[in-house]
Amino acid sequence: MTATEHPPAYKYVGTRPIRHDGYDKVIGKARFAADLNLPGQLHGAIHRSPHAHAKILSIDTSAAEAMPGVKVVVTGDDFPALDPKNPNFDLAANIIARGVAYYHGHAIAAVAANTKPEAQAAAAAIKVEYELLPAVLSIDESMADGAPLVNETNHTKFVPPGEPSNLSTITNLDRGDVDDALAAADVVIEREFDCAHVHQGYIEPHACVVDTGPDGKTSVWCSSQGHFRVRSMTADVLGWDKSRVKVTPAEIGGGFGGKTTVYLEPLAARLSEKAGKPVKMVMSREEVLRATGPAPEAKMKIKIGATNDGELTAIDGWMAYGVGAFGDMAGLIGAMSVASYKFPNLRMETYTALTNTPKSAAYRAPSAPHAAFAIESVVDEVALELGMDPIELRLKNAAVEGDLTAMGMPHPRVGLVECLEALKASDHYNSEVPEGAARGVAVGFWFNIGEESSATVNLNEDGTATVLTGSPDIGGSRASMALMAAERLGIDVYSITPVVADTEAVGFTDVTEGSRATFATGKAVVQACDMIIDELKKRAASIMSVDVDQVAWVDGAAVSAGHGGGEGGEPLTLAAITAQAKRTGGPLTATASLNAAGAGPSFAVHCADISVDEETGVVSVLRYTAVQDAGTAIHPSYVEGQFQGGSVQGIGWALNEEYIYNADGVMDNASFLDYRIPVASDLPLIETIIVEVPNPAHPYGVRGVGETGIVPPMATIANAINAATGVRMTSLPMSPPKLLSALNKRSK
Amino acid sequence: MKYAAPTTVDEARSLLADNPGSRVFAGATDLIPQMRSGRPEPAVLVDLKRIDQLMAVSHGEGKWTIGAATPTADLTRNGAFSGMFPGISEGAGLIGSDQIQNRSSLGGNLCNGSPAADSVPALIAADARAVIASSDGTRTVAVAEVVTGPGQTSLADDEFIVEFEIDDAPANTGDAYLRMIPRTEMDIAVVGAAVRLTMDGDTVTDASVVLGAVAPTAVRVPDAEAALVGSRLDDDTLAAVSAAASAACNPIDDKRGTIEYRTQVAGVLAKRAAVIAADRAQNGA
Amino acid sequence: MSLGKEMSLKKMSRTHVNCTINGDEVDFLTTDATSLLDALRDEVGLTGAKEGCGTGDCGACSVLVDGRIQCSCLIFAPEAEGRHITTVEGMADGEHLHPLQQTFLEGAALQCGICTPGFLLAAKALLDENPAPTETEIRYGLAGNLCRCTGYDKIIRAVQEAAVQLKGA
Ligand SMILES: Cc1cc2nc3c(=O)[nH]c(=O)nc-3n(C[C@H](O)[C@H](O)[C@H](O)COP(=O)(O)OP(=O)(O)OC[C@H]3O[C@@H](n4cnc5c(N)ncnc54)[C@H](O)[C@@H]3O)c2cc1C
Ligand code: FES
Ligand code: FES
Repeated sequence: MTATEHPPAYKYVGTRPIRHDGYDKVIGKARFAADLNLPGQLHGAIHRSPHAHAKILSIDTSAAEAMPGVKVVVTGDDFPALDPKNPNFDLAANIIARGVAYYHGHAIAAVAANTKPEAQAAAAAIKVEYELLPAVLSIDESMADGAPLVNETNHTKFVPPGEPSNLSTITNLDRGDVDDALAAADVVIEREFDCAHVHQGYIEPHACVVDTGPDGKTSVWCSSQGHFRVRSMTADVLGWDKSRVKVTPAEIGGGFGGKTTVYLEPLAARLSEKAGKPVKMVMSREEVLRATGPAPEAKMKIKIGATNDGELTAIDGWMAYGVGAFGDMAGLIGAMSVASYKFPNLRMETYTALTNTPKSAAYRAPSAPHAAFAIESVVDEVALELGMDPIELRLKNAAVEGDLTAMGMPHPRVGLVECLEALKASDHYNSEVPEGAARGVAVGFWFNIGEESSATVNLNEDGTATVLTGSPDIGGSRASMALMAAERLGIDVYSITPVVADTEAVGFTDVTEGSRATFATGKAVVQACDMIIDELKKRAASIMSVDVDQVAWVDGAAVSAGHGGGEGGEPLTLAAITAQAKRTGGPLTATASLNAAGAGPSFAVHCADISVDEETGVVSVLRYTAVQDAGTAIHPSYVEGQFQGGSVQGIGWALNEEYIYNADGVMDNASFLDYRIPVASDLPLIETIIVEVPNPAHPYGVRGVGETGIVPPMATIANAINAATGVRMTSLPMSPPKLLSALNKRSK
Repeated sequence: MKYAAPTTVDEARSLLADNPGSRVFAGATDLIPQMRSGRPEPAVLVDLKRIDQLMAVSHGEGKWTIGAATPTADLTRNGAFSGMFPGISEGAGLIGSDQIQNRSSLGGNLCNGSPAADSVPALIAADARAVIASSDGTRTVAVAEVVTGPGQTSLADDEFIVEFEIDDAPANTGDAYLRMIPRTEMDIAVVGAAVRLTMDGDTVTDASVVLGAVAPTAVRVPDAEAALVGSRLDDDTLAAVSAAASAACNPIDDKRGTIEYRTQVAGVLAKRAAVIAADRAQNGA
Repeated sequence: MSLGKEMSLKKMSRTHVNCTINGDEVDFLTTDATSLLDALRDEVGLTGAKEGCGTGDCGACSVLVDGRIQCSCLIFAPEAEGRHITTVEGMADGEHLHPLQQTFLEGAALQCGICTPGFLLAAKALLDENPAPTETEIRYGLAGNLCRCTGYDKIIRAVQEAAVQLKGA
């Protein structure tokens, strides 16, 4: 269902054509990275650290090198020395250890051999001598006074350089007078929360094929959310010029943020360079879980004050994110994600802490789900305390245009109120809560980003168009590009061929993250279409022998007031113009590049009906609705798909997903059997309501929709559990053992 | 490592005798994941699935005979078998997904030696027997005696299970198996409980209670059985069954569950399974 | 097939396997430790079946063996001898898509598409056996296939729609 106030009259935008790349994907022809093979290729394998923190005393590769089929072995010594000025310093140290292994699974050496079993056997035969260092495995340990250093190269960012530290960022945000406001509040609720590490869980493991030629030119085929970033990261790690590397994106089997960085490509490039042959590397699922980025763990303390009539007057928050063995800005981003309510008084103290676990990576709305779990749980408690309907309380405090985010940035036009109203009017919210069940709601926010994108539109002789972009398609974005181009050019959506082009065939484009592809790359597509329409009008004017000012572009054809139209007095169609391109000035092509400003934040409100088996602690999700502002849904099916996918990832995060580490920092559950992402039988249908509050900064009003969907589910489920049992769960996941233990305590 | 697919029990027997360090397999649904995580490769992999006797399910002379390598899907789809032993069928039917069910066997489930094996508690509750081929013929032992500890069995290296035998259930008998997993599918039991009851009217005349995943092997709970026999499954009896089941637990803390959780939930599942088994004994499956 | 001692000692010898894949008689060479999934992808050149885990947990490698859905990552390649195997490449009838392929396309039941081949085959096996499954039966029937993108909603609906079309056909 779509809730649009004033639906504009679009011909293609908002329709649901079969996606252009779909056919290949249902017949098994689509080429994912692991499906590619080059003649003469070798297979790579990685030797990984068996310790969570250890100094590498020596690496003996001689036995491995002597094994059958083995061609080359590389270690950290085969890579340029780490340079703190390198923008990808941490990345380079994560790709392959230099002297110190910072987590269990950290790559120590890599092998290329004729076959994969040979490479794996050789990797296992590499002998490494270690000196164990103390492993720091939790946020508490990391932040404790006198804690051992996780990573001696880490310094706190944005402060004058000092001693190495376990903290990567420290942020304090302050507005109004929180202490006074809390003292004056009628109701104050404070709770502490924690969240375990979770993984993006894409079904396709990381994979690449890399061929470094004798001229040094390196070609990479890989699974990635941004092949321009693969190019720059690979080059930076190897100390190469970026232009040495050409990256061709394969189809990508899911990313959700986890494929915005690289793990294999620089290793494969070096192996290939040394061996003089192409090298293919494919991770196992176990490697994906042990050595690629999970989302951070977190601890939070949230205190909210409110008046008796439901005004949220103050929030006092403390949040720490544990990001693994290398610094990032998770804490800062967590603070940025606090933006749903007006909160005249606000204090947010956030930290990014290191632990000896894998370097965390982006995962859908990074850092926001943790913060929302905590804040939306406390807001729910406030509503209960005040006896207010949870939607009414949120409506009363909902951020609107001009209200400030925690960072102090005024919101542009946003659709939180519209989302809350849409849920309030929904069939789900108005239905009786089923017997034995309970209902919860929660809100989520993600700011979305713009950044750089390019698009080229080539018109073909037959009147069709090829649209080249540099945004890997992770969930139907090619179809969206085609729809926007069809709308603009006025030709059928199936006359458009959308292509994700390699780094040498299209202009620079940032990674597909921050829900930016349909927004920013879409904007570039529309701009390139407009440029080509200008050119089409010129060509038409010359064919029709009229002044170009007199030509308009209507419904895929040039029409001229001063002329009856084309030869027969008819409008001159795009196909008629391209057919005469040679005569009128040559091929028609246009390229637009931009740095997109004005990404529209997207709000969501979720609602869940659940039941709890109070004797076992098992939660069943009976009904679930996701309401979210899409700005404009270009292809509504894929917008719904983003809501549904995000919701279900969030439900998994809420109920069962977690990294379980043993005392030595070894992940105990590194398989899909024990890292429990939801299966089909765990779930109901996920109902969706697309709210459309157009983003004024996009020609069709697009807001990114890819991320917000994962933000509300954890609190939605926690609030429903509280409604069902009277137990407030503050620790993720809310797994059966944890819930049963909380229920036991309640009844005592 | 070599693969071999004998077509007779004798052929399999001599392959094992001639190639020390070999291993039989059926569905390989335990074997391949274990080999992937570093378990040494056997000298010869002996595929049991081309031996007809190991792939057959039959009924006669007052008992069911189930080939040890038969995919569990064939068992759960067998209406007559599932009608008589809904609990065994339930346990076998919980193993993995449809994909796994088309491969997984009772022989593999048992001989893998996992305390969490889903088909085992109900087989023990039904006093099932394993017919074992050894170098000098066959021997028959109670299923309860096959597994001796996690990953360990009482079978010699050159022995394998040919088939299982289960005597027809007496009149007015019903069985049930319940397990606790965090997801609804694709999970290894955190706790499993099988109960088989024979009833006379609403009085229990015979009872077996067997728990999985709460001790190094599946365990019988004599105290729960004693509480059930002679009872009418009133609340006090069920509370006693629960308490006895929890008391029989000797679990470990691991990634799949805590000691506290397993102990508590074993009591819950034993009680619930007893209620279902009684209903089946009285009213049929 | 029986095996003498000398044979078992020969290292890395490859086994010749004959089977039918998507209706064609096929033969290939493989080592005995190779999975059917790897043999299909690397020896036969059919990359429709995907590896998501290699341990039976995700279903991306699902194929039909003699009509039954199985994880090809949990099958030793030599086991395929004499079997009939169907991969996603064999689902369409020439240009004519199987109704499930069509409803998956129309219903946007795929996002990244890595799970799609496995789901299509598992859904085919399900509908072959139970032409009118309930939503719950579909959900349990497809529980061996993980999809991280879609939240399953559109997959379930596409299977329901295909069931209706197949019944009408
Ligand atoms: C995704 C997934 C989910 C699973 N879910 C479950 C679950 O829910 N419940 C559960 O109980 N299990 C589960 N399992 C484990 C496994 O599927 C079962 O234990 C199954 O029954 C094993 O049967 P198999 O024929 O595949 O055994 P195989 O792997 O072939 O053999 C297992 C072991 O038994 C030995 N063996 C096999 N047959 C014989 C025989 N006739 N005589 C002597 N020894 C023999 C083998 O040598 C090997 O050591 C799951 C596995 C996977 C991959
Ligand atoms: S690859 Fe076979 S089940 Fe995942
Ligand atoms: S569509 Fe991506 S995993 Fe299913």
